[in-house]
Amino acid sequence: MLAFTIIGSFWLEIALKVRVLVRWRRWLKAILPVALLFVLWDAYAISRKHWHFDTRQILGICGPLRIPLEEYLFFLVVPLAAIMTLEAVRRVKKHWIVGDE
Amino acid sequence: MSYTQIAIDAVILSLLLDLFALKTALIRRKVFWTSYAIILPFQLLTNWWLTSRNIVMYNAHEIIGKRIASAPVEDLLFGFALILSVQALWVFFGRKARS
Repeated sequence: MLAFTIIGSFWLEIALKVRVLVRWRRWLKAILPVALLFVLWDAYAISRKHWHFDTRQILGICGPLRIPLEEYLFFLVVPLAAIMTLEAVRRVKKHWIVGDE
Repeated sequence: MSYTQIAIDAVILSLLLDLFALKTALIRRKVFWTSYAIILPFQLLTNWWLTSRNIVMYNAHEIIGKRIASAPVEDLLFGFALILSVQALWVFFGRKARS
């Protein structure tokens, strides 16, 4: 799923030259606070058994708060894909206002 | 709090962040809704993959039970809040860098 998301969005870096990855300070600042909150939510949900994972279908490596490594990567890869999609739309629709012009 | 409650709260918080805290107002912009329309089918596809194969399983007591593409509807709220928050902060820090 993570590979699919990376393949599905990161080609925009090359094809549309969205130049998101190179602006790493900006995406780190945007993603870190949000990812932190969602990781805490994830930790709460796992501890309260809102959801659980099939241990045979995940790597089995757990990070802090007993969260699988895939979840941490999810909160990095999915936000990056969302930013790239936004920038790709801007590339195609140049007259649309984004708000940071 | 159930998954349903937290997911609704997350959407409200993301809207407050976008409209009032950062004043990015992405939800009033075509660029946001177009990007969301592109992302949504991919989310439904990955949701379907993760839930239909039982990679992720949900506790029936913590969701309302309505499912879209095999995943709880709450996942769509979760996704919306994640996408809007990150994009709003991205735009906000882009604006600050230039001023």
